Amino acid sequence: MAAKKKESPGTFEDSLGRLEEIVQRLEQGDVPLEQAMHLYEEGLALSRVCAGKLKAAELVLKRLSKDAEGNFSLLDEKE
Amino acid sequence: MQIVRQALTVTDLTRKIKQILESGFPSIAVQGEISNFKRHSSGHLYFTMKDESAQLPCVMWRSRATVLSFTPEDGAKVIAAGRITVYEVRGTYQLDVQSIRPLGAGELQAAFEKLKKKLEGEGLFDPARKRPLPAYPKRIGIVTSPTGAVLQDMKNVFRRRFPGLELIMIPVRVQGAGAAAEIAEAVDDLSRYASIDLVIVARGGGSMEDLWPFNEEVVARAIARCRVPVVSAVGHETDFTIADFVADVRAPTPSAAAELVVPDRREILENVADSWYRIQQSVLGIVSDKRERIHNLLNSYAFNRPVDLLRQHSQHADETLRALHRVAAHAFALTSARQGSLDQRLKALDPRLALRRGYAIVRKDRSIVSSTVQVHGGDSVDLEFQDGRVRSTIE
Repeated sequence: MAAKKKESPGTFEDSLGRLEEIVQRLEQGDVPLEQAMHLYEEGLALSRVCAGKLKAAELVLKRLSKDAEGNFSLLDEKE
Repeated sequence: MQIVRQALTVTDLTRKIKQILESGFPSIAVQGEISNFKRHSSGHLYFTMKDESAQLPCVMWRSRATVLSFTPEDGAKVIAAGRITVYEVRGTYQLDVQSIRPLGAGELQAAFEKLKKKLEGEGLFDPARKRPLPAYPKRIGIVTSPTGAVLQDMKNVFRRRFPGLELIMIPVRVQGAGAAAEIAEAVDDLSRYASIDLVIVARGGGSMEDLWPFNEEVVARAIARCRVPVVSAVGHETDFTIADFVADVRAPTPSAAAELVVPDRREILENVADSWYRIQQSVLGIVSDKRERIHNLLNSYAFNRPVDLLRQHSQHADETLRALHRVAAHAFALTSARQGSLDQRLKALDPRLALRRGYAIVRKDRSIVSSTVQVHGGDSVDLEFQDGRVRSTIE
């Protein structure tokens, strides 16, 4: 979890935002054919990624505990 | 009667009493009426709690006294929470008060209004302070009781709406003595702990007394200084607490808070599907638009000029051919007409026609005789009639 978020292709929010952008760009209508094809491919990939993330997700419950020195640790919470 | 037991020193005895009392009452709440209330210049509060038949000396140290949500005064009925301590020097025990609140609806309401006015005056309820909630939180801090339905209810909503979450919970007591301090500390801890997107402070329904910790100033202050947005979800829809006013967003119930902080994934899935559909439609539109333009170009005058020319030439050729035919036919007609008249004329010249009309051809030595000088008396000639020849002699 030490890795920076930005190293991944982007957060879920970024992906959704980019998808919206592509829709808007394409719906403006004056897109050259080659660019339209690129946007189409990117849109396909993004919609797959977003749908995948939404479907695969699992709820995780953890407890934040603090030791005597005030250091935090996360404990898995049993159901 | 003699005293035979070994005597304790006063100090030893007091220490034993201290141990028993302090370990026996480490955390209690006691209700009674305030009397002899004194605010010392040091900031510590000294007073006595009493009822009809007993009294209890109380002390509240300055550090705790500064966050009191109301001003205690003689005659006020209160609930004080804290622990019993023994003051050895005087041989007295007292209640070391950690928190104190009015007892009874009237007093509670008055304390509530007073704190509300105070914090409002500081601008803590200012709409400009309210922070927007993140659209897609990943980690949600939750301050609530580990027991009871509240946490379970919220988990159910999260699972249904947007399960891709990490819930970081700090279990606290949500009512009774010391609850406010626990809640405030938990909010502070979540605020200090990195990478939490927002905090929900939640409690199920209860009486105004049950909900009281959420009306205490320590909780309000902790919420106000929290580094991430705080959603309060205390009690039922009709319950308003000070925490609700300070929080960035008030949810009517804990379940409603869960609904509020995460989107419904079905909606997002629909949005994603809709986006994808619109992308396809747009690209199809662009492609068919280009196709139409190509089609139009192909049909345009410029592109069709050669074909047009060809057609023109072809037409011209046809016309020429037709003209040619016409000329040829005319020529043929002319020729055949002439032929006909020649035939007639030739036929007219046929000598046999003359023979039929009664003429005869005279030949001498197979040459045609056309003059009298060509014959002499006694010459033998042939006369040709239409139906045969006759030999005769000139006289």
